[in-house]
Amino acid sequence: MELLLEGLSKGVSLLLQGDPEVLHIVLLTLRVSGTATLLSLVVGVSLGALVGLSSFPGRSILMSFVNTGMGLPPVVVGLFVTIFLWRNGPLGALGLLYTPTAMILAQAVIATPIVAGISIAAMQGLSDKLRLQILSLGATRFQVAWILIKEARLQLLAAVMAGFGGVISEVGASMMVGGNIKGYTRVLTTATVMETAKGNFDVAIALSIILLLLAYAITLVLTQVQQKGHGA
Amino acid sequence: MKAQGTRIGIILFLLLAWLAAPGPTACMGGQAELILATTTSTQDSGLLDVLVSSFEARTGIFVKTIAVGSGQAMALGRRGEADVLLVHSPEEELTFMEQGFGLRRRPVMYNDFILVGPPRDPARVKEAASVKQALSSIASRAHPFLSRGDRSGTHVKEMSLWSQAGVNPQGAKWYQETGQGMGQTLMVASEKEAYTLSDRGTFLALSSRLSLDILFQGDSSLRNEYHVIEINPAKFPRVNATSARLFSDFLVSKEAQDLIGTFGLARYGQPLFFIMGGPDQMPR
Repeated sequence: MELLLEGLSKGVSLLLQGDPEVLHIVLLTLRVSGTATLLSLVVGVSLGALVGLSSFPGRSILMSFVNTGMGLPPVVVGLFVTIFLWRNGPLGALGLLYTPTAMILAQAVIATPIVAGISIAAMQGLSDKLRLQILSLGATRFQVAWILIKEARLQLLAAVMAGFGGVISEVGASMMVGGNIKGYTRVLTTATVMETAKGNFDVAIALSIILLLLAYAITLVLTQVQQKGHGA
Repeated sequence: MKAQGTRIGIILFLLLAWLAAPGPTACMGGQAELILATTTSTQDSGLLDVLVSSFEARTGIFVKTIAVGSGQAMALGRRGEADVLLVHSPEEELTFMEQGFGLRRRPVMYNDFILVGPPRDPARVKEAASVKQALSSIASRAHPFLSRGDRSGTHVKEMSLWSQAGVNPQGAKWYQETGQGMGQTLMVASEKEAYTLSDRGTFLALSSRLSLDILFQGDSSLRNEYHVIEINPAKFPRVNATSARLFSDFLVSKEAQDLIGTFGLARYGQPLFFIMGGPDQMPR
């Protein structure tokens, strides 16, 4: 209990002091997880619109892959991304291992099936009559998809929140492909693991609290956007 | 409807602008880089931060430190995924050198392993005359013993000590593997009132959080030597041999040796590591 209070006060003081190292860790966490979520949004919503709005052979097989992918273990993603990015691996020439870019890649792989899965469900939840009506007004296929995506924005924002929540709290893949390098690839989760291993529980608790606050703040903004849309 | 669409648009635009802005992650390109694979003990004790920042300030080379066990560090070296290693697993290091993966191996520092356990010492390790006897005593009383189980330098040392003591603990109920780093393993040992083998540095760094005592120490077979190994660029063309050489030279320089020899003195009242290298030390 005493330790929790100690951590709480440490967290507050680290935030108030604007400790440059902590600030860097927070910014990097936001940048990596934010970029990964944006990437997964582009790929996931496109895939969601494609699968949710059309029928083609192998569609249910693709959907079962996406649904399995929603529970993809981050450490498995981390392992495979590492193998691909090794210097002597297939993409080794890019020199991406142990960089923030590698972390963005791994996190995007984790978040994309989550975003895609929820997007597919959202698209399928739309009334078929709506689609026929838009088509009858002379819209092109692309315009139909765009209008339907806007129509499903409530669920799509839920997809963004789920994807972002998944990657910002993830540690296994980030540790493997990023390496927890001080001042370069250290994010809130990997720093927490390291401080725990060092026995600096107060710092670890402080970092955890910052992570929770951050996740909450982002979700709060997205929820507000979502609910305003709902009210209008 | 329209106003709300604009709002989302503005938010998305701000988000994109923020993500696209040059930031702290965008400044590392073009600089010389070095991948150092090392043990968790050097990171968890805090020594690594001191050494790396001094090296970076002196050379301008950006060091990517990957803190794993000695076993994993050498596995990275065997694949040419690291440029230089700082490890403590002498027997495996010699094999590594014989197989031609290392270009040069130099002694840097040492500390020692200690046997720690619950203060009431139920297996009477304190009374043992040698580390062999201490381990036999734990085994014969079947008191819980925690092993790292992660092929780290400490784990390899522990296994060789068991075989010297003539005990095969594998599969025994009292012998458990955490599969984690030294810090985590010490914490589990503290919670479970188990014995474990630790390096002195990590134990001292954590000791105020642990209900564990040093119960056996000082045996000559408990010496823990760290060596720096440059990876052989002839095997792996992508290895950054120049930077690796500079780092290796730095670790045995007077500046680094002074940093190592005094590290921890102020905080723990005793140094965590003892120096072993020197500029005049012949490579071996």
